[in-house]
Amino acid sequence: MRRRPADVPLAKDVSDRFLPWLVAFMVYFVALAAISATTMHKLVERWDKGLSGQLTVEVPPPDPGVSETERRGRIDRVVQILSRTIGVEKVALYGDEEIAELLEPWLGSGLAEQDLPLPGMIAVTVDTEAPPELAVLAEQLDKAVPGTLLNDHKRWLGKLLDLARSIQIFAGAIVLLVGSIAVMAVVFVTRTGLSVHREVIEILHLIGARDPYIARQFQRHALGLGLRGGAIGSALALATILATGQVLGPVESALPPVLSLSVAEWGLLALLPFATAVVAMVTARLTVLGTLTRMP
Amino acid sequence: MVRFEDVATNYGTGPDILHAVSLHLSPGSFHFVAGPSGSGKSSLLRLMYLANRPSNGRMTLFGRDVEGLTRDERAMLRRRIGVVFQDFRLLKHLSVAENVALPLRIAGRREDKVREHVTELLAWVGLGDHFDDLPATLSGGQQQRVAIARAVIGQPSLLLADEPTGNVDDRIAVRLLYLFEELNKLGTTVVIATHNQALVSRFSHTVLTLGGGTVRVEPAPDSKARDAAEGSMA
Repeated sequence: MRRRPADVPLAKDVSDRFLPWLVAFMVYFVALAAISATTMHKLVERWDKGLSGQLTVEVPPPDPGVSETERRGRIDRVVQILSRTIGVEKVALYGDEEIAELLEPWLGSGLAEQDLPLPGMIAVTVDTEAPPELAVLAEQLDKAVPGTLLNDHKRWLGKLLDLARSIQIFAGAIVLLVGSIAVMAVVFVTRTGLSVHREVIEILHLIGARDPYIARQFQRHALGLGLRGGAIGSALALATILATGQVLGPVESALPPVLSLSVAEWGLLALLPFATAVVAMVTARLTVLGTLTRMP
Repeated sequence: MVRFEDVATNYGTGPDILHAVSLHLSPGSFHFVAGPSGSGKSSLLRLMYLANRPSNGRMTLFGRDVEGLTRDERAMLRRRIGVVFQDFRLLKHLSVAENVALPLRIAGRREDKVREHVTELLAWVGLGDHFDDLPATLSGGQQQRVAIARAVIGQPSLLLADEPTGNVDDRIAVRLLYLFEELNKLGTTVVIATHNQALVSRFSHTVLTLGGGTVRVEPAPDSKARDAAEGSMA
């Protein structure tokens, strides 16, 4: 006897050709959306961690004509206040050349020699366990040197966190949307299969097949299609991750570990085809059982 | 085995094909269903193999009222019925052996037993050399034998055959009838729908004659004689 074919010849259906590719693209988008959300989360986490306990104090440049000694004096007053504040661990003054270097992308090179009024920049490290009262400190600094700004990075980090959350919600919505479309596609293909093979199904019923027997034919087929589609989609996602890693490699020192996945995340990516296949299988089974119940 | 009490049937909202049909088929009996084309022979058989439901009346099969059956119960009853369809209804994409094996696989029999039974049965119907052939490559007569093999492989209690001799010559038709008689001797209740009056006359079995939407039961000539003989002996 030859290798046993399925009782319902679903493998010859048109869906057998297009559904794996449809599933593949959906899995691809789901994988990329999930990876984007994860990466964004990691990125923000890393920035948050890196910036926690770090403050920047900006002392505005004095009015033109004020002597260098007076400029130094303004900065020293701020440094003194910071140094004696409880909860401040370290105070480091940026040199003019360092400030010029920071401003170089906006104002061009050779800034230090151009006699432009540069603000005084002070990096402050605080005890994260017992930080100083920032509002009080900011008031003291402003009183000592009007216009002095205390930047705890929370404002822009908060915006970044909002952005990250938005991206995560968006990615979640994409996963849900694409997942729903995939489920609907399987439902449609299964119903089409039931309609196309109605005669075969009727014969099987008349021979004594119960509905779960018929459903098994469809669920096995959907499992195979899901596995094929899921494997193709995951492979495409993997290729995209590796290619993006290659492209971003040279600038990775500037960017936090974008697209560097943990072992668990690689594991999840590897499980994606199986999860897709199981979803397809369960969808097909429920569709068949639901549809057959309405048949005579 | 099969009992009809004032049973009527129709298709959709159409008129009744059969109405007020009452009959009783006892276990191990052999019946012909005769009548002109369109008289409802196939409809009667469709009721018996649970493809249609009575629109009126009461029908019991193996002692169960078919009206209240769940889908699972209907399936389990169908496993006790072998059907030879008029158009064979073989699955075109499956080989001869796979077609014949279907009832056993559906019933969840062990694969080694399935192979054993299929081999035996295909040899019995003279198709031992066509194990892996697809139905389309067989003649009408051969396809018919595959359909018969599929119908009987599950050793059904009730065998229904709709015009089983319609596509074969008289010689093969007679051989097929002998084959059904063999099964009947093994205890299977056999019901054969045919419009071949010559065949009905040649074999001595009860005839259910359909006409005007009702059925008339005519005892087999031999059994009439036997009844008469038994009556005179009493």
